[in-house]
Amino acid sequence: MYLAGTRAADQAAARTTPERTVLGRVPGTVVALGVVSLVTDISSEMVTAILPLYLVFGLGLNPLQFGLLDGLYAGATAVLRLVGGHVADRWQRLKAVAGIGYGVSAVAKLGFLVAGSSVPAIGAVLAVDRAGKGIRTAPRDALISLSSTPETLGRSFGVHRTMDTVGAALGPLAATAVLWAALGNYNAVFVTSFSLATCAVLLLMVLVPNRTRLSTEPAKNKPSFRTMLGLLREASFRRCCVWAAALGLFTVTDSFLYLALQRRWDIDGRLFPLLPLGTAGAFLLLAIPLGRLGDRIGRWKIFIAGHLALVVAVLLVCGPIGNWWLALALHGAFYAATDGVLPAAAGPMLPKELRASGLAVLQTGQALARMVSAVTVGLLWTLWDVGPALLLFTAALLTVTVAAAVIRPLEAAR
Amino acid sequence: MRKIIALIAGFAVLLGGAVAYVVSARHGGAAVNAVAVSTGQTLALEPSTLFFRNLADGPDRGKLAAVPAADPAAARRVGELSCDRFAAARGTAICLRLKPDSLPPLTEMIVLDASLKEVYRATLPGTPSRARVSPNGRIVNWTLFVSGDSYAASSFSTRTGFYNLDNQHIIKSVESLPVFVDDKRYFASDVNFWGITFAADGNRFYLTMASKGKTYLIEADNANYLGQAIARNVECPSLSPDGRRIAYKQKVATGKWRLAVLDLATRKVTNPPDDRLLDDQPVWRDNTTLLYPLRAPDGTTDIWSVGLTKPPTLLVRHATSPSLGGGQKP
Repeated sequence: MYLAGTRAADQAAARTTPERTVLGRVPGTVVALGVVSLVTDISSEMVTAILPLYLVFGLGLNPLQFGLLDGLYAGATAVLRLVGGHVADRWQRLKAVAGIGYGVSAVAKLGFLVAGSSVPAIGAVLAVDRAGKGIRTAPRDALISLSSTPETLGRSFGVHRTMDTVGAALGPLAATAVLWAALGNYNAVFVTSFSLATCAVLLLMVLVPNRTRLSTEPAKNKPSFRTMLGLLREASFRRCCVWAAALGLFTVTDSFLYLALQRRWDIDGRLFPLLPLGTAGAFLLLAIPLGRLGDRIGRWKIFIAGHLALVVAVLLVCGPIGNWWLALALHGAFYAATDGVLPAAAGPMLPKELRASGLAVLQTGQALARMVSAVTVGLLWTLWDVGPALLLFTAALLTVTVAAAVIRPLEAAR
Repeated sequence: MRKIIALIAGFAVLLGGAVAYVVSARHGGAAVNAVAVSTGQTLALEPSTLFFRNLADGPDRGKLAAVPAADPAAARRVGELSCDRFAAARGTAICLRLKPDSLPPLTEMIVLDASLKEVYRATLPGTPSRARVSPNGRIVNWTLFVSGDSYAASSFSTRTGFYNLDNQHIIKSVESLPVFVDDKRYFASDVNFWGITFAADGNRFYLTMASKGKTYLIEADNANYLGQAIARNVECPSLSPDGRRIAYKQKVATGKWRLAVLDLATRKVTNPPDDRLLDDQPVWRDNTTLLYPLRAPDGTTDIWSVGLTKPPTLLVRHATSPSLGGGQKP
């Protein structure tokens, strides 16, 4: 069954796409974008890893001054994602807009050298860095989506997200190496981070082919902002967005899960910052297999199963049984079954010339819902303490997940 | 093919530039001390000595330095010990320093005796922020900044703990301290504590609790391990030697504080005549004089002294984390 199924898909792929494929039949563009993301993530996670040290030690600032800005940035990033997606479709220049996003983030790294110890300037540099991330996400995902055949989208996104995560895991190691070599000079980390980010922009320019003519429509028929929102009139895509947002509304934020996990198993404070690596490890192992499984049995099923994995993970953290590594593995499985699977599921519903806009709408809706979730969990946690807050939240997530599984909003489209 | 060559050339320039920057950063430090420093000294805790972290450019930047308290402009005596934060009282000192090459950051908390010999060491998560020794010299306490809630660097919290030399008991975080606000037990997920100051009996202590954007001054009892909020908007408290006043940093705007003094009996708050922005736990030199580091406009940090009513004077340039060798004068 398995062999026959994949072969049929491969033959279909061979028929419909002229794109050369490498690394086990993954399109070259996807691998190239994966390399770009890998290098970019090394660069950005290097800075993230040393930022607290830099602020407190390099500059003697009080880091509590920065705490409140986080939510603000998340909101701004969500809006810029819509702008990035829309502009990319309007210009029909996915690669150029993604490149601008990568470039903006690269230049921001040098901003740290200029900003000195001025708190507003550092805030501005962080905002510019995240703005770049917001701009590039939708056109990049649209490129992945358009360079794969609909039958292998799950695998393509799985490959991309895996490479991305490898970069994120290498970032702190790279930062440690640079700090060691530069005898604790933080500016050396920013300069190295800028160099790597710029290398990633070069890689994007050289390795990723231009896709200028996306549509057969005349070029003057440019999509407006209203066209982008008009995508929601299409029933299957609207359902996809609504259910993804509804599930996002009850998705427990990482930091709360890690805090609860630390309390439940009394994990040493020194190991606490390493918990995300447990999630990343499971993600690395599962993202490609789950993406491929989604290609075969249906991506929405995998998306739903991922949320069930999260439900079980939170129950383990609250309940009397289980252990921490199982909870982390399930948390990683949740991301592996949702992060790349959702754009893979939604891609084929969107017309090619509106792929970036559509993915931007979908992911922005999900991101905003998760922001609301973070605020809600925080409030419930304050009112009732950890256990009851997480349990209520998870009960709600389970309800929505079961509803999504029963209603099967994406039954027609795989 | 031309594209590939351009790519390789671009890589060579960018990565070569980064390597060159790293190499030049290795040789960036000044080879000669910018101020008079006598190296290779054996330092010991003496009441007449002022200790601080030396920030003057040169090979001894970052080291623990000592000068006579009566002549703070004298040549700085340094040994081998480097501390990011230092405090001493009654023959005991605490030295906090960042563990080199640790990411996520770890802090070494080192307890020293009167001859600055190590008697205890613990490695704790976070970066050094505050350090104090109780007036009786038996309890050392610290506050560290921790940024481990996620990979998102912009969320920070503080972790405050203490170590009792008499029973070798370490409390790595006081976050479980039961606290009463307006006579009701206070519960919240976002509680942060920082800046402990002990009273002369080695049992009563004060510290700051922050939650939901407010800060409280907590008066706590170590034996019963209970705390009660006694004032608001008080950060980094420091109890005077006579136990009558608390000097602290008073918030004037987000990320901006100035020096203030609370009279515990009358609850009256006064501001010593220095309205510059301060971000540290003040040190009492005696019952009417305070020491604290201030950032100069050029980014350097200097140690200043101010009386409760007397104007401020510059004590030591390019220095931070002041402490008197014997602690506060009783």
